[in-house]
Amino acid sequence: MRRTTNTTWTRTRAVRWATVAVAAALTLATAAACTSSSSTTPPKGVTASPSSTASPSGTLAGYPRSQTLYTSGTAYTPPSNWNPFNVGNYATGAQGLVYEPLFLFDPIKNTYIPWLASSGTWSGNTYIIKVRDNVKWSNGTPLTGADVAFSINLSRTNANSPYNANVATVKSATASGNTVTVTFNGTPGYSEFQAYLYLAPVVNQAVWSKVAPDQLIKFSNTHPIGTGPMLLDRYTSTEEAYKINPNWWGTSQLGLTFKFKYLVDVVNGSNNVELSALTAGQIDWSNNFLPGINTLVSGLNGAGGYGISTFYKNSPYMISANTVWVEPNTTRAPMNNVNFRKALAYGINPAHIVNSVYNGIVKAATPTGLLPTLNAYIDQGVVGQYGFSYNPTLAKQYLAKSGYNGRTITLEVPDGWTDWMAGAQVIASDLQAIGIHVQPAYPQYTARQNDLINGNYDLALDNNAALASTPWSYFQRVYQLPIAKQQTAQLNWERFNSPKDWSLVQQAGTVPLTDTAKLKTIYSQLESDFLQQLPQIPVWYNGAWFQGNKEYWTNYPASGTSNEATPVMWPNYLGAMTSIYALANLKVAPPAAP
Amino acid sequence: MRRYFTRKVLTYMLAFFVGVTIDWAIPHMMPGDPVQLYLSNFNLKPAGYAALYKTMSQAFGTNLPLWEQYLHYWKGLLTGNWGISFWDFPAQVSTLIFQALPYTLALLVPAIVLSYIVGNRLGAAAARRKMLDNTVLPMGYVFQAIPYPWLALALPFLLGAVWHVFPISGGYDPGLIPAFSWTFISSLLYHWFLPFLTVFLVSLGGWAIGMRNLVIYELENDSSRYLRALGASERVVRRYAYRSASLPQLSGLALALGIVVGGNIVTEYAFSYPGLGHLIFEAISNQDYFLLQGIFIFIIIGVLVANFVIDIVYVTVDPRTRLSMQGASA
Repeated sequence: MRRTTNTTWTRTRAVRWATVAVAAALTLATAAACTSSSSTTPPKGVTASPSSTASPSGTLAGYPRSQTLYTSGTAYTPPSNWNPFNVGNYATGAQGLVYEPLFLFDPIKNTYIPWLASSGTWSGNTYIIKVRDNVKWSNGTPLTGADVAFSINLSRTNANSPYNANVATVKSATASGNTVTVTFNGTPGYSEFQAYLYLAPVVNQAVWSKVAPDQLIKFSNTHPIGTGPMLLDRYTSTEEAYKINPNWWGTSQLGLTFKFKYLVDVVNGSNNVELSALTAGQIDWSNNFLPGINTLVSGLNGAGGYGISTFYKNSPYMISANTVWVEPNTTRAPMNNVNFRKALAYGINPAHIVNSVYNGIVKAATPTGLLPTLNAYIDQGVVGQYGFSYNPTLAKQYLAKSGYNGRTITLEVPDGWTDWMAGAQVIASDLQAIGIHVQPAYPQYTARQNDLINGNYDLALDNNAALASTPWSYFQRVYQLPIAKQQTAQLNWERFNSPKDWSLVQQAGTVPLTDTAKLKTIYSQLESDFLQQLPQIPVWYNGAWFQGNKEYWTNYPASGTSNEATPVMWPNYLGAMTSIYALANLKVAPPAAP
Repeated sequence: MRRYFTRKVLTYMLAFFVGVTIDWAIPHMMPGDPVQLYLSNFNLKPAGYAALYKTMSQAFGTNLPLWEQYLHYWKGLLTGNWGISFWDFPAQVSTLIFQALPYTLALLVPAIVLSYIVGNRLGAAAARRKMLDNTVLPMGYVFQAIPYPWLALALPFLLGAVWHVFPISGGYDPGLIPAFSWTFISSLLYHWFLPFLTVFLVSLGGWAIGMRNLVIYELENDSSRYLRALGASERVVRRYAYRSASLPQLSGLALALGIVVGGNIVTEYAFSYPGLGHLIFEAISNQDYFLLQGIFIFIIIGVLVANFVIDIVYVTVDPRTRLSMQGASA
């Protein structure tokens, strides 16, 4: 008996060892396969600019933790392109770290900061850009006025450019040395052009003039040549790494220096792992929505026991970044009845959502839905007269006049957007209480998007354009006409037809941004109409989610400190707002006390 | 022998054709227009939208009539051009798949093979020892009955978040430079262990229970009694019983290995493991026809190859198959 057992055991063991060997071989194969990740080297014929820090990544096992900033919360796909025109999917930092705009917009101080332009001035209907001196592309060639003029004309002439509409009124851009003169056909579209100045990239003429027009979006540009503060070092399917550009103009001209040598942006994993990655110190800078982050910030008697930093020390913790509203399909009954929309507005209690769903990390929206940064444009007289607030009694009165027949109305929220799903449930129960039968529905994001584009829904939770210096894009979002069968851009998805207001929006777009008195008159009228018609029902302000772990880096962007900059790496923030300042102002954390 | 294989190969070719056609048809029947979806991120005015829509449709070939798309699909399939991903535009589908494949194989092949071997041994042992039967088997039932998503959350919570023994996500530590170095490989193994363990544990119970029941049946059937009557030792009887009992298990193993190339969606999602299951999840959520098709082709080929291999293996391990091919009647 004993002998038999031994024989069996020996045989089993032999088989097991074989399996272990197979497993090991496979693991090694993985390692070998993973090593085939891309490292970027300058393309042929381009001499890399002399670098004071020898590239160590060839010999290193990894980026040294104490010299690397780890960011997350922006990328959701494996990094595959550094094409700043592919605004749907460029890798984090393609705009901002590699390519740069002419100006930056500071939403906190509501100013524009000259960036690749050293100045920009209107002279009648002509805009004159002085291009910053001593700026070099990462291949060593200087940035010229010709590059800037080329970039503007590229978007003007190529309908594939996502900035094509921004420069629709531009007649031409011509360069003379470092001066670029932009002329317009008739009255310039000031608001659109202003957005161009801080959103659009300045690209290298030598490279981009060779890109075929229909390749403008498809070009993957894996060896990007930019003017920005970082150089693409390498990328794999789960992260991309930049190293500091030692010759960046901002260091000598603006005194901005980075205390880290490398920036690694990690592709977002599943929701359940992001919070752990941050608290474990794997991620320093997170732009994810992390429910309950307030308890980590204010934990342990407000001392911030987990070493997590947010923009505000107390509620709402985050900068308000966009307005979440209940979007009624105004082509369907009863949403086409203004009294029904008013019943919704008076019947929803945003405080329920702010407190029970978000634990106070967002703010309730004000009646116009305009972000707090646009307070200067909000006409308090109009709000006092027409504004709404939670009032179930009034809601019932409006509902009685709305022709609502008691049918079940669906409220669409993308599946997996857990905070919005919870918000929809709160809204449904609020409205149930005043007698509207609302049923939350959670289709897949793609299906929900199709429903909105095709006008195939009752109510949806949705949010609008991001931070801006005027209410222009907000009202364009609400009133854009004409209404197509498919509303492809995220404009007027509620399909509200008001030619008068659309013409006001168009008029506002052609007023110089310096003429604030005239702009305020127009926006006051739009606010008044908005509150009386309620084409959208603003509920709360989504935050610019940001939390920093202070284990390796400190001085994260925060209100009332020396680093009062936008703490966000998302597209249209990094490389458009002041996120670069936020990164440059980070400091090395003091060694932990023993 | 030759007729047997000719027939098999023809069957497999037909199955491949049908599988690949279904693979093409199903994503195309999903409601919605992926180009429209991708461009909704762009916030374009109607004119710009029309221009870009045209460019993108041409890039993806979605502007062509369906039959032409189908022909292009076959052509691409045979020439190795599987198209561009919508989700990660403009990345090549093949690039995304080959980046993810090693992770999936390294995770699932050892988990399945090891759980097969260990599970079968445990099951066979349990079949003849009361004590083992009373201890190992209930454990097997427990592991098999645990809802996998629960295990995939509970283990990383305890071993990762609470006790900090293992990392809870990713394929390797962020910031490491993939290289054939001990630092990198040890990080790979470290991140590999927890997802491996969950798959291993859950599969183990199933193999053990199946094997125990099969061996008990085989030990009690007439052929075993006949062997014993001939005076064969219990060891010989057990060896024969084990071999007979292995046959159905082997088919199960082949199927499990065949679908390995599809990854394990729940495991890879729960651990943010960068394998094919993760890609399938993203492809479905983002209506990425081409990526989904590309991965499913792998599954189709995988299942067919596994079945083919098992056909061959059967010939060697099961004398009845050999006999039937030689025209003898059982």
